[in-house]
Formats: sequence, structure tokens, C-alpha cells
Amino acid sequence: MSRSLRPLVATAIIFAIAYALAVMQFPSMFSTRVLGNFLTDNAFLGITAVGMTFVILSGGIDLSVGAVIGFTGVLIAVLISWAGWHPLTAFAMALAIAALFGGAMGMAIHYLQVPAFIVTLAGMFLARGGASVITQDSVPVNHEFYKWISEMMIRLPGGGRLSFIGLLMVAVFIIGALVAHRTKFGSYVYALGGNPTSASLMGVPVARTTIGVYMLSSMLAALSGIVFSLYTSAGYPLAAVGVELDAISAVVIGGTLLTGGYGFVLGTFIGVMLLGLVQTYIIFDGSLSSWWTKIVIGALLFLFIVLQRLIFAASTPGEKSS
Amino acid sequence: MMRRFLSALASPQVIALVGVLLINWLLFPNFFRITWQDGRLFGSVIDVLNRGAPVAILAIGMVGVIATKGVDLSVGAVMAMAGAVAATMVVAGYPAPVAVAAALTVGLLCGLWNGFLVAVLDIQPIVATLVLMVAGRGIAQLITEGFIVTFNDPLLIFIGTGSFLGLPMAAVIAICLLILVTLLVRRTALGLFIEAVGVNRAAASLAGIRSRMLLFLVYGLSGLCAAIAGIIVAGDIRGADANNAGLWLELDAILAVVIGGTSLLGGRFSVPLAVVGAIIIQAMNTGILVSGFPPEFNLIVKAALIFLVLIIQSPMASRLVPTRLMTREGSK
Repeated sequence: MSRSLRPLVATAIIFAIAYALAVMQFPSMFSTRVLGNFLTDNAFLGITAVGMTFVILSGGIDLSVGAVIGFTGVLIAVLISWAGWHPLTAFAMALAIAALFGGAMGMAIHYLQVPAFIVTLAGMFLARGGASVITQDSVPVNHEFYKWISEMMIRLPGGGRLSFIGLLMVAVFIIGALVAHRTKFGSYVYALGGNPTSASLMGVPVARTTIGVYMLSSMLAALSGIVFSLYTSAGYPLAAVGVELDAISAVVIGGTLLTGGYGFVLGTFIGVMLLGLVQTYIIFDGSLSSWWTKIVIGALLFLFIVLQRLIFAASTPGEKSS
Repeated sequence: MMRRFLSALASPQVIALVGVLLINWLLFPNFFRITWQDGRLFGSVIDVLNRGAPVAILAIGMVGVIATKGVDLSVGAVMAMAGAVAATMVVAGYPAPVAVAAALTVGLLCGLWNGFLVAVLDIQPIVATLVLMVAGRGIAQLITEGFIVTFNDPLLIFIGTGSFLGLPMAAVIAICLLILVTLLVRRTALGLFIEAVGVNRAAASLAGIRSRMLLFLVYGLSGLCAAIAGIIVAGDIRGADANNAGLWLELDAILAVVIGGTSLLGGRFSVPLAVVGAIIIQAMNTGILVSGFPPEFNLIVKAALIFLVLIIQSPMASRLVPTRLMTREGSK
């Protein structure tokens, strides 16, 4: 087995063990119903996490995704419920705004040469503030199209349901994996994360790639906002607070190196599922309070970061990073 | 010494603060009116100092961390933990000084834990402190068992809402910390060492600086400052709210440090200017409130401010106005 696959395998094994332990305690967790809900409930997180994977692979970070989800939800709800737009036009509008927003952040990061986290922090304030300025209340969405989408699902034997948004997340992961591993843009992203200087010397278009990465992340966050809006049938400016942290955690747990240049989109999928498992377990248990979720996610995060250090320290003997 | 003080007064941050205060004064003519009542000062300016104090204290701790090219995202969660510890211990019947000491110890330990991850395990600071940012709030809720723990202890309430020499206690604590930390880093070689580690950790280590020790120190200080801010916030509302205490304050603290001209790439920092940055943020918040704008505009104004500072600090801007900035950097 190639050494570079080790973190991915480690994540997969830990997920399998955790799931097996959970099933041993609650046999009903091993059902198509629970697995189907896994996909539906984590759809918005998964779609954002794909964008975050690209950003982290390129050596950056995007703190604005949670705010973009909230903003998109409010924008769509207002356009549909107040302005009477068709949902599909509203979706297109939201994606276009997110593309501009992400592009602007990418340009700021590249041309002003400032750390990504401070630029995306400003982006977070801007998007969250923008959403609150539009409205401070939860705006419900009652549209035929939403009903039609929510009824669109594949029924599985055993009472499980594969919803549209769950399948959409799986599709985004597959496309994301293909883009990362099979396209020119994907290799540019890896090269940039590995070493920006040598990447630019080798002819990687650094400006275009950086802008593209943040554009992609914001657009996927907007798509995730659309999914969140379909999931909750409402738009609320404080929705999805802190999702950026969950997304970053999922990416790290999925084995992507936070310094960039190394990782797998598929790993992020397992990371998202592991976070979902923790939440589902706590709901099944009933006696554990929801704050245990945060502690367990923090512990998992720590475990995987240390694991990465150990694996990469072992694979590069003699070379010590500062 | 006098000349340095005067040149600090002419810094862009202080000018910006004066500008913000003037705008507030135009929007709200009573802004500078201060009254003496019940042995303490009252007025909008005093309110800015009082409300700005927690972020200012966080910023004092954050400056050192950012100067070593790091960042501490966990301070908000540490505030919640420290508040939770102090409140539950007081409610459990321990004397207040013991509770305060325990809360400070918790903050220090959290900071040292971050320092351990950064200095010994060599994890990038943003990720290392992310662990505690995610888990810390959960631990705080574990301590308070999910409730908002309210207390009536006079000492804790005094720390949050009392006054000393007419000034609010929170502001007094912030000023004391500012003087203490400034003396510590500028009257000893510590500041120079911190800057050296921030510019190039490997080179600093080779030059004989114990950079590992130093990282423990700056993260420990940041945790301690966060604990102090957490106790103040808990005392202010007479309770520990594990969910909301210090929520997003880490971002305000980072913003304050950046406004204060500390380079995010490490190696250049100023503790007093970071405090000025914190006061600018609070003055803007208060200004937006008193001028009748909805508070939601706060976030947008903050975002605009970050971009403004980034553009001013960026290499592109220094290419446009090379001579002025060069002389400033030369004089440092």
C-alpha cells in the first residue's frame, strides 16, 4: 500500500470501527433508514466541505462559508417569497453573487498578499451582515417547486429514503473528486498548496488558480445554502453559524493536510460521515447532551492532526519543517 | 522617550480613533459629556472604555501570538470556560478569590496546551487553536451542565461592574495589563525575541533564542488574558453563559490587533496600538448604536474596515507610496 494513502485508510478504519461499535450498542443504527438520513442531514455540510477541501489543498482557508450559506438562504427566501421569483432563477442569482464574492476574496488574497483567513474573515462579516440587513427574521418559503423537490426521493428496502439533496451531495463529491484528481485545475491546486513559489516557476497560473479556488468554495457554499433552504424551507440570517468549523474539521479528519498540497476529496466524505455518526449516536443515546458533540469533534480533530504529524514526520526523515 | 510618545500619537491608528470619535460627536452631540454620579464617571466615552475592555484584554494577549506568526482562535471558548469555572465554584460555596484563581489557572492551562501543540508538535497555530475553539465551548457547557449559572458573589460582580477611581473596573484591569505587558516586552529583550521568532523561527533558534519556551509564553499569556476577559464578562452579567460568552470575540481581538498595525506575517507588533484598535472597534459599535442605525450594520462596517487596513498594509500600497513607509519602517 502506498504510504501517501495511509491517512485516508486510517480515517476509513476509524469510521468503520466507530460505526461497528455504535451498531453493537444500537442495532437499529444499521438500517437503510439511518444511512439515508445520514446523507440528507449532512448534505449541506458535505457540499461546503468539498469546497473547503479545494481551499485547504491550495494552502488556504475559507472562514466565510457558514455566512455565505446564511446569506444565500435569506436571499433565496426573500426573492421567492417577497419578490415572487421562480426558485430556479433565485438559485442562479445566488450562485452568481457567490461567484463574484468568492472571486473578490481570491483577488484580495492574491493581489494584496494577505493571509487567507483574515480576508475570508472580512468576507464572513460582510455576508453575515448583508444577510442581517436584508432581514432579521426567519423568512418561510412556500413554493410548489420546494414541495416537488422534497417529494423527489428513492425509496430503499427497509424504509430508507435517498432524498434529492442527499444524492446531490454524493454527486458533488464525485464531481469534486474528478476535478481534483483528473483535471488541470486540480493539479494546479495541488501544486499551489505544495509550494507556491515552485508552482509559479513551473508555469502554474497562480492568480487564476487562487481566484478559481475561492470562487469554487463560495459557489459550493451557495449551493449548500440552497440545499439548506430546501432542507428547512426557510431563510434565516443566523443559519449555519459555525459551519465553517465543522467543514474544516471534516476536511482535516478526512486526511487532508492543512498546509496544503496533499489530501483526497473522498477522505472529506468519510470525515463528514464521521461527524454525522457522532451526532446520530448522541441522538440515539438520548442521555448524552448535545455539547458532547463539540467535545468529541474537538478530540477527533486533535487525534487526526497528531496522526498526520506522526505519519509525515516518519515519511520525511532528516527534514524538519520550521 | 518624549519624542517616541509624540510620534506614537501621530500614528494612523490614533488619528483614526480621533476621527471615529469626532464622527460620533457629530452624530450625537452629547457623546463627550461625562457626569459624576455615585462615585463613578458616566458617559458615552466611559461606556466605550468599559465595553471595549474585554476585547482590549484579549488583544493584549493576541498581539504576542500574532507577532510570532501565529493566531489564537480559542480565546472566545477559553473565556466561556473561565467564566463557567468561576461561576460554578462560587455557586458551590468556594470563596471568590479561590474561584478567580481557579479560572485564571484554567485559562493559563488552555494557553499552555495551545503552546504545546504549536511549539512541540509543530502544528500550524490556526489548526492547533481550532481544536480548543471547537471543544472548549463544549467543555464549558459540561462545567455548567448546560445551564446559565447565575451568582450573587460581590467580588465577581465588582470585577465585572464595579469602579475604581471613578473608572469602570474592566477598563482599570485592561489599563493595568496594558502597562504591565508593554513594560515586559519593551523594557526587556522579550519583545525583540518575539519579533525574531516571528520573522524566522529557525534562524531565531540558531541564534540561541529558546523559541519553544517563548511560544509557550505567548500562548500562555493569551490564555490568561482570555480567562481575565471571561471573568469580567461573567461578572458583568452576573452569570456564566457557556453558549454566548465570548462568542466571536476572537475575531474582534484579531481585528483589533490587525488595526493596531501588527503584521500578520509576524515580526512587528505594538501592544498599545492593539488596544487602540480595540477601542476603535468599540467606538464604531457605540457610534452605530447611538446614531440610530440598526446594529446589523456593525458587521458590514467591520468588514469594510478590515479591507481598508489590508489595502493600506499590503505590499502594493507601499509600492505606491514608497518613501513614507520606508522611513517609518526604517525608524522602527
